[in-house]
Amino acid sequence: MTSVLVKDLSLNFGAVEVLKKLNLDVQQGEFVVLLGPSGCGKSTLLNCIAGLLDVSTGQIFINGKNVTWEEPKDRGIGMVFQSYALYPQMTVEGNLSFGLKNARLPKDEIAKRIARAAEILQIEPLLQRKPAALSGGQRQRVAIGRALVRDVDVFLFDEPLSNLDAKLRAELRVEIKRLHQQLANTMIYVTHDQIEAMTLADRIAVMRGGLIQQFDSPQAIYNKPVNRFVAGFIGSPGMNFLEGSIAAGSTFSADGVDIPLARYEFARQPAAGQAVGFGIRPEHVALNSGADWPFSARVKVDVVEPMGSDTLVWTKLGSHNLAVRVPTERMPASGDMVDIGFDPMRASIFDSGDGGRL
Amino acid sequence: MATEISKRPNSLFRNLNAKIASIPMILTALVVFVGGTVWTVVYSFTNSRLLPRLQFVGLDQYERLWSTPRWLASIENLMIYGVLSLIFSLTIGFVLAALLDQKIRFESAFRTIILYPFALSFIVTGLVWQWLLNPDFGVQHFVRGLGWESFTFNPLYDQSIVIYGILIAALWQGTGLVMCLMLAGLRGIDEDIWKAARIDGIPMWKTYLFIVIPMMRPVFVTTLVIIASGIVRVYDLVVAQTSGGPGHASEVPAKYVYDYMFSAQNLGQGFAASTMMLLTVLIVVVPWAYLEFGGRNKRG
Amino acid sequence: MADAVLTSHPAAGVEPFGPKPRRVFSRRNIFLYGTLIIVSLYYLLPLYVMIVTSLKGMPEIRFGNVFAPPLEITFEPWVKAWSTACTGLNCEGLSRGFWNSVRITVPSVIVSIAIASINGYALANWRFKGANIFFTILIVGAFIPYQVMIYPIVIILREMGIYGTLTGLVLVHTIFGMPINTLLFRNYFASVPEELFKAARVDGAGFWGIYFRIMLPMSLPIFVVAMIIQVTGIWNDFLFGVVYTRPETYPMTVQLNNIVNSVQGVKEYNVNMAATLLTGLVPLIVYFISGKLFVRGIAAGAVKG
Ligand SMILES: Nc1ncnc2c1ncn2[C@@H]1O[C@H](COP(=O)(O)OP(=O)(O)OP(=O)(O)O)[C@@H](O)[C@H]1O
Ligand SMILES: [Mg+2]
Repeated sequence: MTSVLVKDLSLNFGAVEVLKKLNLDVQQGEFVVLLGPSGCGKSTLLNCIAGLLDVSTGQIFINGKNVTWEEPKDRGIGMVFQSYALYPQMTVEGNLSFGLKNARLPKDEIAKRIARAAEILQIEPLLQRKPAALSGGQRQRVAIGRALVRDVDVFLFDEPLSNLDAKLRAELRVEIKRLHQQLANTMIYVTHDQIEAMTLADRIAVMRGGLIQQFDSPQAIYNKPVNRFVAGFIGSPGMNFLEGSIAAGSTFSADGVDIPLARYEFARQPAAGQAVGFGIRPEHVALNSGADWPFSARVKVDVVEPMGSDTLVWTKLGSHNLAVRVPTERMPASGDMVDIGFDPMRASIFDSGDGGRL
Repeated sequence: MATEISKRPNSLFRNLNAKIASIPMILTALVVFVGGTVWTVVYSFTNSRLLPRLQFVGLDQYERLWSTPRWLASIENLMIYGVLSLIFSLTIGFVLAALLDQKIRFESAFRTIILYPFALSFIVTGLVWQWLLNPDFGVQHFVRGLGWESFTFNPLYDQSIVIYGILIAALWQGTGLVMCLMLAGLRGIDEDIWKAARIDGIPMWKTYLFIVIPMMRPVFVTTLVIIASGIVRVYDLVVAQTSGGPGHASEVPAKYVYDYMFSAQNLGQGFAASTMMLLTVLIVVVPWAYLEFGGRNKRG
Repeated sequence: MADAVLTSHPAAGVEPFGPKPRRVFSRRNIFLYGTLIIVSLYYLLPLYVMIVTSLKGMPEIRFGNVFAPPLEITFEPWVKAWSTACTGLNCEGLSRGFWNSVRITVPSVIVSIAIASINGYALANWRFKGANIFFTILIVGAFIPYQVMIYPIVIILREMGIYGTLTGLVLVHTIFGMPINTLLFRNYFASVPEELFKAARVDGAGFWGIYFRIMLPMSLPIFVVAMIIQVTGIWNDFLFGVVYTRPETYPMTVQLNNIVNSVQGVKEYNVNMAATLLTGLVPLIVYFISGKLFVRGIAAGAVKG
């Protein structure tokens, strides 16, 4: 069942078109992550769903009800913000109860809901404190609690963890995931952080310039990006790209390198001689593995970048830079000659013109 | 599956409360500021006397205005007073701010002392200085008492210099404000500029003159506009200190307007004179507003 | 301890280290503080003269000099200024003007700040279409000489039947205080994180709910700043007082001017100075109590007012 449906949504700020006829269909209980570069319109989309911005054209449905022009409070949503946005002059309890008091809920019902939210989020000892007396992680918990007590079907998160340090972020990430499993609400979650996106999402919507580029499971987005932008945006370190063309006999060729494409599953059949980009992720290239790869080459190591558990090894394939990710214990020295190999089945090939997947 | 289309509600009723709450502002802007100004300008072309009448007489009021010696004296005074008070208050204000910006002790005490006159009204200012400049008891009397018998400093009873007497009082009252604005401007300048200038061996006064002051252009412009629009309005100070005298030697336009509207019962003259005041302000404010806001709109 | 520090740096005696030695009586300091002290004396002089004059008897004023401290302190002039000084036929002293000013200032300050803060809030957070046009007019209007609008307002007040009353003057102060204070509040509310406002909307608070429950409790300092601007501004007003009130309701400044500049009778300079001081007392007290906030207020208010 559809929980949130966005149809042909456009939004302009003056002459600037921020969202361009955007469509999004989120299922009941689904965890959807909006991912994209800064300024692509993620927050704007979320604010439109919340009713905090008036849309220019298009319709928004929540649980089958057209809410395009409803007030935020009547949409059945709760929202968590990057800056927590806790009311500074109210205690934690005041923060949690503010929305419920506005909805004129009876006192005992308010107390019950606060107790439940406080228990789930483990903030019971903090209820009488002011936000200024809380740590960042505690503040964010309270902010989540404020959405929780409203007992709504849809949770909207706008980069809720990006003000926290890495360790707390990892902790709260797990907690949010647990919360989702426990409550089974629909959640729409904006983030910059790919790890958050990959670990939390049922489906990821990759946005760019006010449009959704790909809306699919994390695996599909990682393995089968629909275009060059998504391929380059997802994954860190980023995908290697070799520019070349399709040679006769299903081969990719770029100055001096010929990669057989027999095992590659084409999404659409390329023409011979078509200019394409060949993309392969650093973690899909093997180094000195001894195995027999459909494509292999002997290359010289340029630079070695240890990153902790993994190491990035920079080499040259033809005239193209190629990064290879290896476990640090198998790290070569720069200047070494090494064997590399990969299976073109794991690669992605994009049309050089429109950037679409082939 | 929900597919019904919801229509954009009438935009008049969106945020209705915000619009209702803004009614006082809208009324003030439209009725008083725009309406009042237009009304006065229109009636300045009539021969209204005791009561406003819509009997147009073209530019008669303006012709009479510009041939009235009292108005001419007012304009002359305003020019002298305006130019001098701009020059002096900017210079003194900046120098004082620069002195206070030398990381001195007791900065806030000095600032409090220099700024306190700004809290006083022009009436109080005018009366104090009337007393201080009183020839029989004030400064002149004091200096003569010290043995300098021929000392003469009697601005309030000397037609040719009375406007300077007013200027002294105005500067005493207003330089504190200029100093504060300038100090805020100086504090806004990047510390590294000073370090760079010191490393380059540029003397302090040169750094101020050629680096800091040009950087503070916006502060100067804003201050200038504030002082200038205050100058055009100057009224209470003159009323309190000299009542426009001796003769008409310290008359100013604002006083001319008031006297013609409420004492001489010649409204038309008052309207014409106030329209001229408006024109003066526009000459100052419009270029500034254009520079300040016009450019920004184009960029943003 | 100090020894240990010194000996642990063998180079201490050879190379300069530590803070640069600063002489208290360097030429720079003498010039700097000398200038500032002279300037301060100049600024303090009128206040001093006001005080000493108001404490002297008339004979002492006639034969002494203005700067001399009083030989014999008398509070007679203060009493007279407050309760029996004359303007024309009326001899009630300044007290009447004082209470008039209180009756004018208190409601004017409350009403003007209430309206300006709501305006600022609506402008900063609710941004409806066209709001900025009115705001621009308001700000530009702040530069229009009052003389241009004085007479039309007389007509408006007369039509409303409140010309010459305190209500009328309160309205006038509200109108002319609106540009500066609206600007002040708008800028302040615009600096409150927008997400807070959004969170409150999601929580179902409306226009007034957010104003009273979220914004007001957060903005006490700016209310104090606005109050300082308004109290001093309204207390010090002369022009509106003369134009829009009748002699019975003249504010203190107007009455002061009438007392001091009245042509009848012998000039009593000590009474005049006591009266002047009395009139200046309220803003001076506000100024000295508020300290830094006053500076912030005039900087904020002046920047575009
Ligand atoms: N009030 C506004 N007026 C004009 N333009 C705006 C406004 N708010 C946002 N924009 C523009 O809309 C675009 C999308 O903004 P949005 O905040 O949705 O980006 P985002 O994807 O959330 O970015 P980030 O990841 O940095 O938060 C940006 O280019 C921004 O400059
Ligand atoms: Mg954002």
